[in-house]
Amino acid sequence: MSESTELTIDWAGLAPMVIVFVAAFAGLLVEAAVPKARRLPVQVALAVAALAGAFVAVVLNADKSGAVFNLGGTGLGSVIVDGPGLFLQGTIAILSIIAVLLLAERRTVRGGDFVAEAAVVADSAADVEQRREDGATEIFPLTLFAVTGMMMFVTAGDLLTMFVALEMLSLPLYLLCGLAKRRRLISQEAALKYFLLGAFASAFYVYGMAMLYGFAGTVDLAGINQAGVSSGQPRMLLYIGVAMIAVALLFKAAAVPFHMWTPDVYTGAPTPVTALMAACVKVAAFGGLLRVFNTGLSSSAWDWHLILTVIAVATMIGGAIFAVTQRNIKRLLAYSSIANAGYLLIGVIALGEAVGQTMFYLAAYGFTVIAAFAVVSLVRDGDEEATHLARWAGLGKNSPGTAVVFTILMLALAGLPFTSGFTAKFSLFSAALQADELGLVIVGVVSSAILAFPYLRVVVLLWLNEPAPDAPTVNLPSPMAGTVVAAGVAATLILGIAPGFLLDIVDQASTFLNT
Amino acid sequence: MDEISYAPAEGLLSFTWVLIALPALGAAILLLAGRRADKWGHWVGVTTIGAAFALALGLFGSLAGLEDKSAQLDLFTVIEVGSVKIDASLLFDPLSAVFCLLITGVGFLIHVYAVGYMAHDPGRRKFFAYFNLFAAAMLILVLGGNYFMTFVGWEGVGLASYLLIAFWQLKPAAATAGKKAFLTNRVADVGFLLAMFLMLGTLGTVDFAGVFNGAAELSTTTSLALGLLLLAAACGKSGQWPFQTWLPDAMEGPTPVSALIHAATMVTAGVYLIARSNVIFSLNPDVQTAVVVVGALTLLFGSIVGCAKDDIKRVLAWSTVSQIGYMFLAVGLGGGAFALGIIHLLAHGFFKAGLFLGSGSVMHAMNDQTDIRRFGGLWRKMPLTYATFAAGWLAIIGLFPFSGYFTKDPIIAAAFTREGWQGWVVGGAALLGAALTAFYMTRLFVLTFHGPKRWTEDVHPHESPAIMTGPLVLLGIGSLAAGGLMASPVTEWLTPVFGEHHEAHGHLTHLQVTVATTVAVVLGAALAWVLFRNGTDEVPRAAAWPVRLARADLGGEAVNRGVFERPSRLAASASVAMDGRVVDGAVNGLSAAIGGSSRRLLTLQTGFVRSYALSILSGAVIVVAALMVVVTQ
Repeated sequence: MSESTELTIDWAGLAPMVIVFVAAFAGLLVEAAVPKARRLPVQVALAVAALAGAFVAVVLNADKSGAVFNLGGTGLGSVIVDGPGLFLQGTIAILSIIAVLLLAERRTVRGGDFVAEAAVVADSAADVEQRREDGATEIFPLTLFAVTGMMMFVTAGDLLTMFVALEMLSLPLYLLCGLAKRRRLISQEAALKYFLLGAFASAFYVYGMAMLYGFAGTVDLAGINQAGVSSGQPRMLLYIGVAMIAVALLFKAAAVPFHMWTPDVYTGAPTPVTALMAACVKVAAFGGLLRVFNTGLSSSAWDWHLILTVIAVATMIGGAIFAVTQRNIKRLLAYSSIANAGYLLIGVIALGEAVGQTMFYLAAYGFTVIAAFAVVSLVRDGDEEATHLARWAGLGKNSPGTAVVFTILMLALAGLPFTSGFTAKFSLFSAALQADELGLVIVGVVSSAILAFPYLRVVVLLWLNEPAPDAPTVNLPSPMAGTVVAAGVAATLILGIAPGFLLDIVDQASTFLNT
Repeated sequence: MDEISYAPAEGLLSFTWVLIALPALGAAILLLAGRRADKWGHWVGVTTIGAAFALALGLFGSLAGLEDKSAQLDLFTVIEVGSVKIDASLLFDPLSAVFCLLITGVGFLIHVYAVGYMAHDPGRRKFFAYFNLFAAAMLILVLGGNYFMTFVGWEGVGLASYLLIAFWQLKPAAATAGKKAFLTNRVADVGFLLAMFLMLGTLGTVDFAGVFNGAAELSTTTSLALGLLLLAAACGKSGQWPFQTWLPDAMEGPTPVSALIHAATMVTAGVYLIARSNVIFSLNPDVQTAVVVVGALTLLFGSIVGCAKDDIKRVLAWSTVSQIGYMFLAVGLGGGAFALGIIHLLAHGFFKAGLFLGSGSVMHAMNDQTDIRRFGGLWRKMPLTYATFAAGWLAIIGLFPFSGYFTKDPIIAAAFTREGWQGWVVGGAALLGAALTAFYMTRLFVLTFHGPKRWTEDVHPHESPAIMTGPLVLLGIGSLAAGGLMASPVTEWLTPVFGEHHEAHGHLTHLQVTVATTVAVVLGAALAWVLFRNGTDEVPRAAAWPVRLARADLGGEAVNRGVFERPSRLAASASVAMDGRVVDGAVNGLSAAIGGSSRRLLTLQTGFVRSYALSILSGAVIVVAALMVVVTQ
């Protein structure tokens, strides 16, 4: 067919993923070669360096737009480096650095939040024994594998590569969810639930992919888009395929009614892993959704527009209403993350008009939520996290600093001016208006007003209630968790007061290749 | 209509931003310095507001010398999305100028007063920090050059007032009041946000100039929706019907807060919003009617409830609700009445702040007691407070030649100019409101300062220190004179904002209205004097149903409970029956409704993987089915 069959690879475009991937393997070697006592600093340094390196590689790739693999001058769809892909990779890199620091926290509670030997039966004598040991350091290579998957997910240009990326980001996460040192049964239950439902969703994905292949004769997103106009196959294949792929991606994004795993998994997983999921996986999942719908399914937009609108409305309203009665801070944040998925879906539905603002929202939300979970991990009853909200009563009395920080984060999530929550929502909704989605914007505004109630209740609880005599202690953060909180709050405020620079960046980076 | 445009700021006017920066800086110093600043911190607050007032005077002077009476200052671009560009811009024009003077001027006096009032309070520094924060936010609100900036200030004042009400004391009433204020304001904010997005969706801009120039081309439905959304926002902020209940509850905060936020400035933000958006409101007569109805209804509502309250601050709070009703009535009438509303707002800022500070002085003397049934005969003990309170009283009831006469009478007269039967109804309501105002204010005044002593045993009333009486005297003078001095120059000053208007002719001539109002006021006041000059019972007695109804806020709370709380409790208990969970009656009103449905929906969250998988599966089936349906059509 083509004159030349020479394969050229744009290694620079591949570099962000390669760096993290290689570092993950290096991390496995560290486990084998470095003595136990010195593993933690080595692993953390390796992970942070790799992620920082990946970020630099992303920056060096800026303005690039094209396929990474080229066969005889023709770009192959598998991995695509373009504006949105690069921005999302960069966001994932930065947010994962912060998440890694939180994973590395060992000061707030002795030995950290991760189990030393996951194979020991929960609550057995050996388990009690190992609670005194430092947590396993395998979590860092696992995280790096997951991050590689996320980076691949947002740049995958065909459904098959995307599937590989999806599994690659999911499998290490299933494991990480089950590695909590305390309340291990809940943690293991969460991991199993996440795995089973994730596998279920993956099956939908593969089935949908098969349908779309049957329709378009290719798994390439651009090809599918083309086929949406010209294919002679029955369109039924397209509809089933779109529906199945959407279900799988919406599962990862935690949209109603595919959200039910979210509160259980967020609560059961070790808090640093929850932070990683709420921030980075959210970015990856919506990165994937944006790419699939913008480059693969934009030609059939009329067909899926209604059902995605219904899902977005259900997600916004459902997440907000569910959040109102939560008594557990991690569950509250889980439902809030569901509602936020609804707002982000508006950006997906609005297609090209709102790509940049959706990415801005992802970055802004990521920083805020990661800092919020970091604070959650600091408030403790003895060794365990005090996740029940009643235990947070009067925190402002005993630990005003922590309470101020958490108040800022809550107000940001509630979308008050001067915080990134406001600018992100405002710009996303404005962009959606330009795509004539006034109805969705109205629902979004109402939903965020409802969602402000539970956040406010937390603030009231922090400041206006008398602390219990045995109130939880706030372990002053070590440099690790301190950096996480400081970075998150700083980003929340900076993006709230002067978001211009980042909005400029996302504006330039908002065009997908092949749209 | 002429194209509306604003000239760029030059000279001193390009320093408009300093006006906001000064109180913000004060707040930052007070919050960051921590306990070190406990000794001198309040003076930082006073100084920064004082400096802001001086600057506001300077800016006012510069503006007066300008040809086109406006100065727009674009600071930086906040958000740029596609064709929408939103700047952090400030607009200094006649309307924002008078508001800046009111906020910084009255704010300065209240700050000085608070130095004395809060002298023995351990939280004084924090109080001044929040106070400054509020002033900064309020200045952003009135100086904002587009709806976005106005909204930023709008949320800022809400937050600061919430801090000031609820963070004041660790008492449940204050916490509940703060929460109520916040929730009501959230509902109103939804109105504001939706209005902004509607502007963006139809006009593509939220700049004042852009919106006003494009407004004429909007469809009737759009302009109606826009007007009603803005009205909802304004009603929430200003405690107008049906959002009136939060304002009297907010009196749980310290008295200087009530004076500044809940009398002089923040609660008038709704009037500002409508006046600023006068172009939009003038477009659609239905919207104007809605504003007029809200105003007339609220002014009656507030004055009726005010007659039955025994708490000195609550009477004043309901009086504020009622007086803002007058302002809404004025801005709803439109045309020349816009300026009347603003003038009444300014005069009200003086006399109501004075009355609140006076009540604070009384409370200071009476061990923080607020029940007017236990006052009486205080005029001998506190002559200065008495005199200044008397000035406020004369100003609010509006006898010639005091403030209210020049600011409230024209509103009543304007109400009679409305065409047809509406003019009679609205004008009659305004007239009746004037009589009721005279009645409840006289009742308050007489029961507090005259008649026999009904004090509890342990109080020893005394006059407040000079740092408190000084501002009182200044505000007292302002109360008496402001209306007469301001009425015609301010109307002229505001002409560039509201345009030229000729006096309309109504059902009654201005002289007839003046006579009628004076008679009504004298009758109301005389009735109160006769009834209460010999004091009253020390505890409320059983009374006829109208009094009972008024004591119960005319059923405002009951409506809240009946419409929102009870059905949602029923829903909640129904869901209890379903899932055996305990309802702890979280909060009243809307949030309980949501809470009820929340609990009910949560029964779906069983914790079993199989039911989650079923949910995913049914979701998938629905998605496929829906796609089919769309396609087959």
